Amino acid sequence: MTLRVVHYINQFYGGIGGEDRADERPSSREGAVGPGGELQNRLGDRGTVVGTVICGDGYYGEHMDEARSTCLELIRAFSPDLLVAGPAFNAGRYGVACGDICASVESELGIPAVTAMYEENPGVELYSPETFILPASDSARGMKDALARMAALGLKRAGKEQLGPAREEGYFPRGIRKSFFKEKSGAERAVEMLLDKLAGRPFQTEYEMPVFKKIPPAPPVKNMREAVIALVSSGGVVPLGNPDHIRVSSAETYGKYDISTIDDLTPEIYESVHGGYDREWATKDPDVVIPLDVLRELEREGVFARIHPWLYTTTGTGTSVAHAERFGREIGAELKEAGVDAVILTST
Amino acid sequence: MTREIEKAAGIPVVQIATIIPIMLTVGANRIVPGVAIPHPVGDPAKGAEGDLQVRRELLLRALGAMETELTDQKVFEK
Repeated sequence: MTLRVVHYINQFYGGIGGEDRADERPSSREGAVGPGGELQNRLGDRGTVVGTVICGDGYYGEHMDEARSTCLELIRAFSPDLLVAGPAFNAGRYGVACGDICASVESELGIPAVTAMYEENPGVELYSPETFILPASDSARGMKDALARMAALGLKRAGKEQLGPAREEGYFPRGIRKSFFKEKSGAERAVEMLLDKLAGRPFQTEYEMPVFKKIPPAPPVKNMREAVIALVSSGGVVPLGNPDHIRVSSAETYGKYDISTIDDLTPEIYESVHGGYDREWATKDPDVVIPLDVLRELEREGVFARIHPWLYTTTGTGTSVAHAERFGREIGAELKEAGVDAVILTST
Repeated sequence: MTREIEKAAGIPVVQIATIIPIMLTVGANRIVPGVAIPHPVGDPAKGAEGDLQVRRELLLRALGAMETELTDQKVFEK
């Protein structure tokens, strides 16, 4: 069976015009247009480019809802088995349009889609979780290569073939982990990885670590004697009995407790519920995790003005980055509102 | 959490913990190395007095870090 393929391209590759025609509204043509010819070569006899949908990059970017719904109608009219969009190279608006129409065709029409663009094109970050985006060079020099890769992955997807992980198939990771059985246990695989690492051989992690962002440092405290300092902790120290049921690991909440009348965190009033370290010492004296006793002394000595009355606390083990960032945003907003000057945050 | 508090409030956040590479990775700007994972701001092995002294020294270093003008991440060693 020959698969029916629709190709989405912008006004430039559609032969309509350059930037002066970027506001071109969506339209469609029978058969292949522009780079669609090479796409057809790559599909061979397994697929036919039955139609081409063209839209100006400016129009798609500025009228996203209208552009999307018109393009979806034009694509649906060809009754395709597969949508191929671009390649968009490093053109930001084109990349966003390709990503958006691919994601929409997948979710609205239930038809597989593939596109290709340069790794730094904003379309990658926006749409890689929702569709299949292949890497392309940053300019049209990589046209043939990108079309070949899109044709290969597109045929695979439309043919409902089993897909391997992103690093094997070559598309940008979609943030999805699939469970499956391996011959060797996790311990054996971990030791093999470690041996490879020690020997300087390449190895592939089974659990990619998230990439974190940096921010410019906040300006320093100008006058410490007048400063209000807040205590925040991810060390799992909470009032005895954990009244807000903060999870011992993979926390999705934090607690906010009034410490204005407490001079010392003793085992009679506070405890650690953290599931990620040996709680022997924190159980005997929670101050080894949240240093309230000595901070109170420094407050009395006038080193700084006062301790913020509210302690913010959670458990930081297995906690997702998304939750931890949300805790930070919420706590930060409250501390700002309260006029706090600086924070001591302890982690275990 | 450290990074987002600093970003949302626009105030210095000094993080005291033990695994420095993690603090650097998550984007903490003012870092004070803690004593140990289960007791970052104390050293019970040094007895009651020693434990208090360790905690006091760490907190004074953290207050110093708050008063320090920075352009990039910094680990405030003893």
